[in-house]
Amino acid sequence: MSASSTAEAPFVPKTKVGSFTNFVDERVGGSGILREFGRKVFPDHWSFMFGEVALYSFVILLMSGTFLTFFFDPSMAETHYQGSYTPLYNVEMSVAYSSSLNISFDVRGGLFMRQVHHWAALLFVASLGVHMLRVFFTGAFRKPREMNWVVGGVLLILAMAAGFTGYSLPDDLLSGNGLRIIDGVIKSIPVIGTYTSFFLFGGEFPGTAIIGRLYVLHILLVPALILLMIVIHLFMVVVHKHTQYPGPGRNDGNVVGYPLGPVYAAKAGGFFFIVFGVLALMAAAFTINPIWNYGPYDPSPVSAGTQPDWYIGFVDGALRLMPGVINDFHFEWVIFGRTLTLNVLLPALVPAGIIFTVLFMYPWIERWVTKDNREHHVLDRPRNAPTRTAIGVAGFTWYCVMWAAAGSDLIATHFHVSLNDVTYWLRTLFFIGPVIAFIVTKRIALALQRKDREIALHGRETGRIVRLPHGEFIEVHAPLDEYKRYKLVGFESPAPIPAQPNEHGVVTGKEKRRAALSRWFFEDRVAPATPAELEAAHAHGHHEAIAAGEDQKSLSH
Amino acid sequence: MGNHSDGSPNHSGTVATAGQNEVEKFQDPGLPPHRLRLADTDPVAAKRAERQVAILFGTSVIGTLVFLVAYFAIDLGDDTSIATIRTQNLLLGLGTAFAMLGIGTGIVHWAKALMPDHEVSEERHAIRTEEDRQAAVRIVDDIVDETGIKRRPLIRNTLLGAVALAPLPALAIFGDLGPRPDNALAHTMWAPEGDKLKRLTRDPDGTPIKASDVTIGSAFHVIPEGLNELHEGKLNEKAKAVVLLMRLDPDSLNPSEGRENWSYNGIVAYSKICTHVGCPVALYEQQTHHLLCPCHQSTFDLTQECKVIFGPASRPLPQLPIAVDAEGYLVATSDFREPVGPSYWERDEHERLINS
Repeated sequence: MSASSTAEAPFVPKTKVGSFTNFVDERVGGSGILREFGRKVFPDHWSFMFGEVALYSFVILLMSGTFLTFFFDPSMAETHYQGSYTPLYNVEMSVAYSSSLNISFDVRGGLFMRQVHHWAALLFVASLGVHMLRVFFTGAFRKPREMNWVVGGVLLILAMAAGFTGYSLPDDLLSGNGLRIIDGVIKSIPVIGTYTSFFLFGGEFPGTAIIGRLYVLHILLVPALILLMIVIHLFMVVVHKHTQYPGPGRNDGNVVGYPLGPVYAAKAGGFFFIVFGVLALMAAAFTINPIWNYGPYDPSPVSAGTQPDWYIGFVDGALRLMPGVINDFHFEWVIFGRTLTLNVLLPALVPAGIIFTVLFMYPWIERWVTKDNREHHVLDRPRNAPTRTAIGVAGFTWYCVMWAAAGSDLIATHFHVSLNDVTYWLRTLFFIGPVIAFIVTKRIALALQRKDREIALHGRETGRIVRLPHGEFIEVHAPLDEYKRYKLVGFESPAPIPAQPNEHGVVTGKEKRRAALSRWFFEDRVAPATPAELEAAHAHGHHEAIAAGEDQKSLSH
Repeated sequence: MGNHSDGSPNHSGTVATAGQNEVEKFQDPGLPPHRLRLADTDPVAAKRAERQVAILFGTSVIGTLVFLVAYFAIDLGDDTSIATIRTQNLLLGLGTAFAMLGIGTGIVHWAKALMPDHEVSEERHAIRTEEDRQAAVRIVDDIVDETGIKRRPLIRNTLLGAVALAPLPALAIFGDLGPRPDNALAHTMWAPEGDKLKRLTRDPDGTPIKASDVTIGSAFHVIPEGLNELHEGKLNEKAKAVVLLMRLDPDSLNPSEGRENWSYNGIVAYSKICTHVGCPVALYEQQTHHLLCPCHQSTFDLTQECKVIFGPASRPLPQLPIAVDAEGYLVATSDFREPVGPSYWERDEHERLINS
């Protein structure tokens, strides 16, 4: 249909599908939306899929969770179990636990849905965490995406809250002890702790209110907030357009990738089914949270080797690492007749507080240090930002030490070592682990950068050894094509920015601190190879394609 | 222009880049030339890929059928064995997995092998233009001006005051979420009722324990007499009152002043609720006389009145004073002399209250 005819006569659809589509389109403006987004370009990389895994896990959580609500009864009223799991027959328990057992044993597919839900929850938090690591290590949090980084951090906290509230719902022995620990932590909060505990549990622990309250949080409030944050997150992704890895043809002014329709939509849509399929496979083959083995909650028994779900592990591990008494120094103090129990309060709040504070503030810290107010749409390869990468690995190591500490008893029993020694070692690693990780990571990143320079200037090693007429052996180096070379040289290597006076000509203390940080960030740097250096390397070699010998391996630093 | 159609399967548009014309830097050579796949050039390979996608979709159909058969052919009755439930779970899961993976891998294979795989370049646009900013400022100025809020501070200030106070009822209305704590945490069921001392009974059946039943080295999980008969708040009372009862060689106990008669013949009773965050201290190491909390590994030494010798707890486990009644049964001579369980802000105040 030509342009002139559209102007004269309104479009008349010819088929039934066409007239239906036209009916909708005339009322919602779908053509405009399709025109804007139908061919929108998305960069492609395997590491961009972690966020997708998180999104799809959440969709699967909503679907499986809705199924579970049809059968779960969040009541703490006492009942005697009458279901088909004979070991617990006639045992006194809460209605919540009884209905969880019924879902597992008397509802067809109930056990499958419970396991899909639990595995999806574990995967949801894990993929969020890995996605945030990817964003951190590639510098994707830089302008204009700082706020989306914060939204991601909020999502991580919400995901942990969703996980914990759901974990507690079956009212089994294991999750009941988890709640008991939460109650102990809440009671350690100064001034308001006891009141908060009584308000949360509706009186003394465990009371008869907590499961119903957690249920409302778990199925309504927290998922609604997660959904809201996801909408904001994706809206900002559309506004910013996706970042891309560096490479030939990619820069901060463009976005290179596949059009949404059909390739990207097919890959991303197909990936949803793959995530679902893998979760179904896990739920089919691997038991998760066998609540029937634990029995109903009772404040008296507890099983050895108990573990929280993995994402709570770092807090539990911090609780384990903190000594209550060192020699005769007690961490519980009585001040003015009030009890301050630092042996609980410090490990429960401080490490998690530090991790999330630094996480939320990091984009602004780096922006302040680098004085960089430009938009960044091309990612950094982690090696090309050695200090940032080292900070990230140090933080990750710190987290992992605490996480490992949550399994200190299992480490001791599995490896036949003393539980006390495991704790002492982990306490040491808590302090020196991040430092070692920082130093090692930074050195590795710088070494990888030097290797990149070497390859960019002298080509890749072919493994072909040639004997020259005068007897010398050399290895033939094959030069890179310009596209591969550009990937190795096309990055920025910021230098330290010295302290600069402000408009009054004064160098402030804050500016001096910034300059010191800037020096710490960037004093060790490897500059990208330049065309002049390549020229020199070639001139020095025997032949364009043959460059060898120790004399050419000197690198500027 | 953000033209979606630049770049054909055989030609990807080269783009202008920042940093060009700088001698110190390598110039961006632009997108590498596109390389054709086998399926782009060989119709046989394309046909093979098409069949592979169809087979994957077919696998999905089989998976769905497996699910339906497993759901309807296996019924769960009252006498269903665990093995049947496991089998059904496995088949439902495998069916779903094949149904989903078939669709997923099929679509991805289709996209990767047969759909155009040439990368295209699109320009980014400014997230905010200066023109938009100025327009927005004008609009906001007009709005503020039309409300007159700057000219009428009385309206502004009263509104701020009203809005600041209005959420208070929303906070206050949650006041009945729980009762005030008062002294609830200071007392347990062990307190004697009148002259009647509470017997120590076995957890969970509630049978009383004779002192002669407790041999050296043995340990009992103990609840107070009457706990099982409670109709309300049973778990709340149990969460405070559970006790571990052990008998040691009387010489190995080192009672401090005032606690000499809290034990009977080497039999001692300590609160089972950890003073760290409240887990049950359920592990008794008979040889070393240590009590270990399985949650966070706080370790208490029975021979030193359950002093903390390792782990995150900071206070000893509270001791329950016990004796033997006329019939030879163990009884608690009083409630705990301090609050049990994890520490809380008012704990020291409560301890003074108990001992006054």
